Amino acid sequence: MADHSHGHDAHGHDSAAFHATTKDYVIGFLLSVVLTAIPFWLVMSGAIADKSTTGLIIMAFAAVQVVVHMIYFLHMNGKIEGGWNLMAALFTILLVAIILAGSAWVMFHLNYNMMSDMPKMDGMS
Amino acid sequence: MSSANLTEQYYDLHEHAHPDGYSTTLGFWIYLMSDCLIFGMLFATYAVLGGNYAGGPAPKDLFELPLVALNTSLLLFSSITYGFAMIAMQNGNKKGLTAWLLLTLMFGLGFLSIELFEFHNLIEEGAGPQRSAFLSAFFTLVGTHGLHVTFGSIWLVTLLFQVNKHGLTDANKRRLSCLSLFWHFLDVVWIGVFTFVYLMGVLR
Amino acid sequence: MIPTHSNWTPLLGRLGADAIPTEPIVLVTFAAVALGGAALVAALTYFRLWGYLWKEWFTSVDHKKIGIMYMILGLVMFLRGFADAIMIRSQQALGFGGSDGYLNSHHFDQVFTAHGVIMIFFVAMPFVTGLMNYVVPLQIGARDVSFPFLNNFSFWMTAGGAVLVMASLFIGEFARTGWLAYPPLSGLAYSPDVGVDYYIWSLQVAGVGTTLSGVNLIATIVKLRAPGMKLMHMPVFTWTALVTNILIVAVFPVLTVVLALLGLDRVFHTNFFTNDFGGSPMLYVNLIWIWGHPEVYILVLPIFGVFSEVVSTFCSKRLFGYSSMVYATCVIGILSYIVWLHHFFTMGSGASVNSFFGISTMVISIPTGAKLFNWLFTMFRGRIRYELPMMWTVAFMLTFTIGGMTGVMMAVPAADFVLHNSLFLIAHFHNVIIGGVVWGVFAAINYWWPKAFGFKLNQFWGKVSFWCWVPGFWLAFTPLYILGLMGVTRRMRVFDASFDPLRIYYFVALLGALLIAAGIGAMLVQFAVSIWKREEYKDVSGDPWGGRTLEWATSSPPPEYNFAFTPKIHDIDAWADMKAKGVARPVEGFQAILMPQGTWAGIVLAGISTVCGFALIWQVWWLAIASFVTVVATAIFHTFNYDRNFYIPADHVAEVEAARTAQLAALEKGAA
Repeated sequence: MADHSHGHDAHGHDSAAFHATTKDYVIGFLLSVVLTAIPFWLVMSGAIADKSTTGLIIMAFAAVQVVVHMIYFLHMNGKIEGGWNLMAALFTILLVAIILAGSAWVMFHLNYNMMSDMPKMDGMS
Repeated sequence: MSSANLTEQYYDLHEHAHPDGYSTTLGFWIYLMSDCLIFGMLFATYAVLGGNYAGGPAPKDLFELPLVALNTSLLLFSSITYGFAMIAMQNGNKKGLTAWLLLTLMFGLGFLSIELFEFHNLIEEGAGPQRSAFLSAFFTLVGTHGLHVTFGSIWLVTLLFQVNKHGLTDANKRRLSCLSLFWHFLDVVWIGVFTFVYLMGVLR
Repeated sequence: MIPTHSNWTPLLGRLGADAIPTEPIVLVTFAAVALGGAALVAALTYFRLWGYLWKEWFTSVDHKKIGIMYMILGLVMFLRGFADAIMIRSQQALGFGGSDGYLNSHHFDQVFTAHGVIMIFFVAMPFVTGLMNYVVPLQIGARDVSFPFLNNFSFWMTAGGAVLVMASLFIGEFARTGWLAYPPLSGLAYSPDVGVDYYIWSLQVAGVGTTLSGVNLIATIVKLRAPGMKLMHMPVFTWTALVTNILIVAVFPVLTVVLALLGLDRVFHTNFFTNDFGGSPMLYVNLIWIWGHPEVYILVLPIFGVFSEVVSTFCSKRLFGYSSMVYATCVIGILSYIVWLHHFFTMGSGASVNSFFGISTMVISIPTGAKLFNWLFTMFRGRIRYELPMMWTVAFMLTFTIGGMTGVMMAVPAADFVLHNSLFLIAHFHNVIIGGVVWGVFAAINYWWPKAFGFKLNQFWGKVSFWCWVPGFWLAFTPLYILGLMGVTRRMRVFDASFDPLRIYYFVALLGALLIAAGIGAMLVQFAVSIWKREEYKDVSGDPWGGRTLEWATSSPPPEYNFAFTPKIHDIDAWADMKAKGVARPVEGFQAILMPQGTWAGIVLAGISTVCGFALIWQVWWLAIASFVTVVATAIFHTFNYDRNFYIPADHVAEVEAARTAQLAALEKGAA
């Protein structure tokens, strides 16, 4: 955090930052159409028999699509606002990951320890 | 060094005020990040409670993927139309901007109508938010996204009026850019929703 | 879909004659508050102050005035929260030997809940936010915050939340659940009354304000620093404010969601935290502590900043280990996010989960310890001046260290199984919150008061307050440590015969609380005496302590534009640098200054939001919907106002600055 030492001189990029092009939007749109269509097709057709493989694949597609949207629609890069936007986004992603993974971990272990006699936990132990 | 020089070195004697809205983009982005955490929490809640059907219906029994696919495509289209609106704004094309914004609004409202239709069907089937923890989490997550789209639409209409009244001033451009961020951000959240809730739900 | 309460009517919702409490204590309080309020209103009317208050304060977007209003809010609520504390202590001292004490359980449970909620949300938060609001823009050489209107709105939302909590005293009741309102107790089945709804909506209304003020201050620090002020040039208080506000923006949405889900359970009968239909009360505990732990660092980090400023000022030297201080702050900020489970080791997540969170908790004490050593090394061979802020700082260092160590004790999961929910825990967190946050706020008030008002605070009464507070604190909480080690749990109202040998501890604790009360009284006297003798304590230099950071470079109180010319920064401790180089203050060539304009929108929007919160509590649906629509409509209407700034003419700036030049010249002459 401390390494991004920007004083007053880092100002003034802001108007340039929002200069989007039609090409960006079209590329982003086409990519996201593909990245949306494939997961839907995979699930609806059942093309891959193994469900957990399908699950992993569609999650990967979602992750890629999030990045595509960030770059082509939200115009993320390391330069806007002296890198603060990108840093804020990365920090937020980290926190969301902590909340999601942490809650899942804590609650799974809780259920396993305290409620393992319940039928729904059978498959998980 | 002379005293005047020293003063000049330590005081900005010919200061220019920060331009209007100088912090707006950053501030709005930080707000969006906090909104992102709201969704993060709702996703976490869904992740923990999403399997608790309480003997009620499961995603497989409820979700209609063709409808979700249609909804997803509406939101995607609205994203590119908003993108074209921004291009029109950059080119100073007020008419084009208005047309693209109206189209975006149409897609947004279409999305909301389908979502309400889906919710209505679920509740009719007895799968309302009270039925199980899974459905509570589902309605709240998807509904919160829908509420955001609703507010985005209200905002969009407001901006249409303001652009019409004051033209493409710097202030209005800034507002349009903020709404652009908001709109595309909701699209990103929707990627999580259709993958994590609908597709994974049907797989489960 | 919306369940109807047995007494629910469309017009008034659940609000009926039975909403007015009949307990004598509450009635007497109500009478006193009503009389006092009426007297205040009458006085304001008689002296024709409403117009002045409205124009100069309520609708002001000046960060300095908003900061002061936050401090006043915090002080008023502090008195309320402390009254609750005294009630708890005296009830516990009385409830022995078959006596029922003087509070019934219905009342007592509300008192300890309100005490916790008020002290955290409506005392500590306003104090900390107020300090940041006042000091940060001055320290970074800015004219105001990034979003001045939002700042005003944030303050009034916080005040609106406080109003709702206070309203619960006289209309209906407050929650009887403890300050975090765990379900299933806080669910509809066990708390069907409005208490928990008051809890939820007062925190939601205030939470909006807190989050937005966080966004605002981050943007301010990132965007509005004076030219040349690199991040590693920022004063330590500003650094801690930055990390704190990042934490605020990162965790208050968490609280908002958890409370919203609890509210949905209560109103729409969803099943997030219920016992049936797949709900999980433990999920609430998990989620709310994801907010709850960072929250304590939100409170204490800026206070670490205060102590850093105070130590380096009153030892007249640069802070030892500036960059390690900054890194420690950032590390604490991030680590605070991965320790939340230590609040519920006993929930049963098992050894692996508990070990992880136990170790992460112990790790967080390392950067905190580093900070303590930095302060000590700053004092080492410094020329220490024991003014009031420095006295509070030393008391803090001694007290907080012990509080920190008892915290590390509880970070050991095995030990926590014994200490969980015991009075040891209560003693621990009061040890760090009083010994850290509260005393830090006192240090800050004594330190920055001359900046805000142009005169110093009375020393004598300050010292009386100090010597009541510090022994009072130890007298009040050492017994709780001992009782906790013996296994006594928190929130007890009466004690059966087996407790009789322990009664003495509760008596001593009550004595301590009374001593603290004397300390608070002395502090109020200190304020009154200082205001009374303000001419005598006047400081015209603007720099009464030999300060090192930019807020001391301008007059006291600063002009509305803060600095006639924005300073350029070349080093840490910019003002000390300027003084060392002998930089002359520019006295001519003033320019017009662009400033934000006051607006009615903040107080009006927050006022209607508070009404909306009240309607939601009592389930007056028509009013809730109407006020919500009005809020949205008003906000939209406000966006049609594009003209939010005005220029202070160069002449006026020149006039103000000329007066200052004359003042400084007279001072120099007097000194010579």
